[in-house]
Amino acid sequence: MSKQNIINFVVTLLLALILSQFLPWWSVMVAGFVSALFFSLKKVAVFLVPFLAILVFWSVHAFIISSGNDFTLAKKIAVLLPLGGSPYLLILITGLVGGLAAGIAALLGKQCSVLVKG
Amino acid sequence: MKYIKLIATLVLTIVVFYCLNTKLGSVPPIGKFLDPVAGVWQNDTDEIIDGNVLIEGLSASVTIHYDEQFIPHIFAENDADLYKAQGYITAKHRLWQMEFQTHAAAGRLSEIVGESALNYDRQERRRGMGFGAEKALEVMLDDPEISIYLEAYRDGVNSYINSLDIKSYPVEYKLLDYKPEAWTTKKTALLLMYMTKMLAGGDEDLEYTNLLRKFGKDRFDLLFPDFFDVNDPIIPKETDWSYINVDRTKTPQSELPLDTIRETIQKPNPDNGSNNWAVSGAKSTTGNPILANDPHLGLNLPSIWFVMQLSTPEHTAMGATLPGALGVISGFNNHIAWGETNATRDVLDWYKIEFKDASRTQYKHDNQWKNTSVRVEKIKVKGAATVVDSVIYTHHGPVTYDHTFKSDNPKAGYAMQWIGLIGGNNQLPFLALNKSKNYEDYVNALKTYTAPAQNFVFASTEGDIAIWIQGLFPNKWKGQGKFLMDGTNPEHDWQSFIPQEFNAHVKNPERGFVSSANQHPVDENYPFYVFNDGYETYRNRVINDFFKSKEKFSIDDFKDLHNNNYNLKAAELLPHMITSMDISLLTSEELEIYNQVKSWDLNNDIDQIGPSIWTAWWSKLYNMIWDEFDSEDELLVTPYAYQAIYLLKNHPEDSFMDILDTPEKETANDLFVLAFKEAAKTLTDWKAKNGDYNWQAYKGTRVGHLLQALPAFSRFDLPIGGDRNIVNATSSTHGPSWRMIVEMSSPPKALGIYPGGQSGNPGSKYYDNMIDDWAAGRYYELNFMQHVNSTSGLISTQTLNPSK
Repeated sequence: MSKQNIINFVVTLLLALILSQFLPWWSVMVAGFVSALFFSLKKVAVFLVPFLAILVFWSVHAFIISSGNDFTLAKKIAVLLPLGGSPYLLILITGLVGGLAAGIAALLGKQCSVLVKG
Repeated sequence: MKYIKLIATLVLTIVVFYCLNTKLGSVPPIGKFLDPVAGVWQNDTDEIIDGNVLIEGLSASVTIHYDEQFIPHIFAENDADLYKAQGYITAKHRLWQMEFQTHAAAGRLSEIVGESALNYDRQERRRGMGFGAEKALEVMLDDPEISIYLEAYRDGVNSYINSLDIKSYPVEYKLLDYKPEAWTTKKTALLLMYMTKMLAGGDEDLEYTNLLRKFGKDRFDLLFPDFFDVNDPIIPKETDWSYINVDRTKTPQSELPLDTIRETIQKPNPDNGSNNWAVSGAKSTTGNPILANDPHLGLNLPSIWFVMQLSTPEHTAMGATLPGALGVISGFNNHIAWGETNATRDVLDWYKIEFKDASRTQYKHDNQWKNTSVRVEKIKVKGAATVVDSVIYTHHGPVTYDHTFKSDNPKAGYAMQWIGLIGGNNQLPFLALNKSKNYEDYVNALKTYTAPAQNFVFASTEGDIAIWIQGLFPNKWKGQGKFLMDGTNPEHDWQSFIPQEFNAHVKNPERGFVSSANQHPVDENYPFYVFNDGYETYRNRVINDFFKSKEKFSIDDFKDLHNNNYNLKAAELLPHMITSMDISLLTSEELEIYNQVKSWDLNNDIDQIGPSIWTAWWSKLYNMIWDEFDSEDELLVTPYAYQAIYLLKNHPEDSFMDILDTPEKETANDLFVLAFKEAAKTLTDWKAKNGDYNWQAYKGTRVGHLLQALPAFSRFDLPIGGDRNIVNATSSTHGPSWRMIVEMSSPPKALGIYPGGQSGNPGSKYYDNMIDDWAAGRYYELNFMQHVNSTSGLISTQTLNPSK
């Protein structure tokens, strides 16, 4: 993993953590977008690094909250969605959704940075 | 190229944002919903029930102790603070339910769920639910004391709503993607209307009119007699009514309109009902009166009930409350205990309205043209334009059916006259009961209660027991309101009401007990007109026989009776069917099932197969008898089970027994065989698909979430016996929604349980924690705290402080 990748990962994660205190769920999109503007990555990493950063953020956060309550609600939501009642699958899906949003926004950020620099 | 890429990624970003931020069909906005910071994960926790909270407008601190069942015990310094705290605490645990039920009452569900609820909403508005709530609110706000409490409750609920942010909204708001709105005093009135509709919003007048026209008066009277041949009324038969000095309204010489009606609005569930009873000290093993109540309502999560203790230095009461209404509804204090069953009286009638012309601004009444009024109902619809429905009102009430709704004549309509639309202060009586100390207080508390009429059972530490059938009842002429009436004839109007003191009641009867189970309130000797408008005929007899079976009764006997699964209906027909059926016509498989039901002991217990066979057999048989009632052109209603069984046994060759589709002329005995064969096939097919048809599995009792019984938030296949018409009245979706037993010692000892949990949050362990114990027939001892400083059996304490 290149240094640039690690910086982008950390910045995306920190930005998302901070922005989530003030903004709705789409703060992760802002985080992905902004970090792509300033810490430009290449090829698949443009998407993958912020994707992984938010996947980690959302799934770990979800796990911490829910495990403290024996996954009582997570088990029910995993029936509702429907994910066979598995809270772990729900945690994974949560991470993937957040990651997807951040990764896509990062693609846009990357194109904006290309435009500005080019 | 880079511009193309920019535009492509911009579009992609917008699409992803839109899809994750928007509710698509029944899928919640998935990004917003799954966000661990503010979405549904935040609800995966129990409510915080300790510490200090600042509440605007409190005059002093309020202490709330939570016990092991998560029951809040509120200790306030005065009534206004008490009801403010009740509003706050109820909202804290049941906010979504409070709003959803009152939206349902007001015909506002389309706002939340969209067009699919539009027909429901129109129906509720044409029933006059909003109109009735406004009338009731007017009366309640006229009472200076009640208006202060209603406003205090409102402010308490709103203090809680204002403390919320998007993170802390209940799960259902996140799922449906909307926000709570402010609570109002009207919403309390709407909740009371919701109960009035549920319990006093039924009638069969229009169906009966169709039957009368189709079969004639003699046949109608055979099918729907005013009284069945058995009657074990609430008020004992030997009661002397000679003190009543008001006459029944004289029957006018007039014709009834025999119109054909094809469709009506939705009726409340006929299984809505209840049991209550009390034994005197002389009939109790401890010498203290004992009282019990179990209202049978839809089994829902969150439960319709929320248990609380409500205390000030002057009074303290505990029991089941209704989220949205003030005070305890079924409960006890240090002096008295009380509970309700539905009084099931005909307080909803229909009038044919003749309009002068298609403008419908005038209608005929008493040989004059009188002006109508219009109530414009604006129904907001999620994701679509607002729908406007103009409902015409006459002096009777709303013209529910007209050419814009389930009818077709632009110059005629059917108007509803309903006790629920008259307006009444039905909050005051409950608050007065909470504070009552003896029989006189109880009688005074009930006096102004109008609807839904209830059988209020009573017991006191002084040793009195009583039951009052209380509501506002029109004094009807014989036959009035059984059928559609003539809206032009003033003699068809309700002429007067039965004076309250002549409502049927009994205090300390000789037999040593009082009871009610939605049966006939009285026998034919009661001077006012009462007919069978859906009275229950089985539970009451089992209950009364039980209390006649021995000298003394204990709390354990009460528990046994709550959980009694004896099927009297089956007992009155099954042996007859078994002996009169020609079994030579059965195959060997059918014979096996026949022998199984033959050996059944008539108890609807969970592990038996007899009740499943009986249920399948009875249901096929019932439908076969009434094939004459299948009609697409007119709406009909089939007779009550009791009268069907009466005909099967006493008129087995009646022409109703014939199956019209066959050339043969069937009799009751033929139907027994034919129905049995169909039932055997149904059961065999069921077994191939689902396994053994023991009663638990075949009945499949469930407690469904209020929102279309979302399976994720519901409980299924509960191990509980009973059925409709059985004292343990648990059918598949209906049953004892609160079981309470109170012994009138000092202080009283009380047991209670309900099929749910105190928390409305599906993420809380208290969401459904009582269900298994309820199904097993167990109870919790209610911790009736005598002092704010008691500490035993508590899990935490929260203090509400006045904000400066």
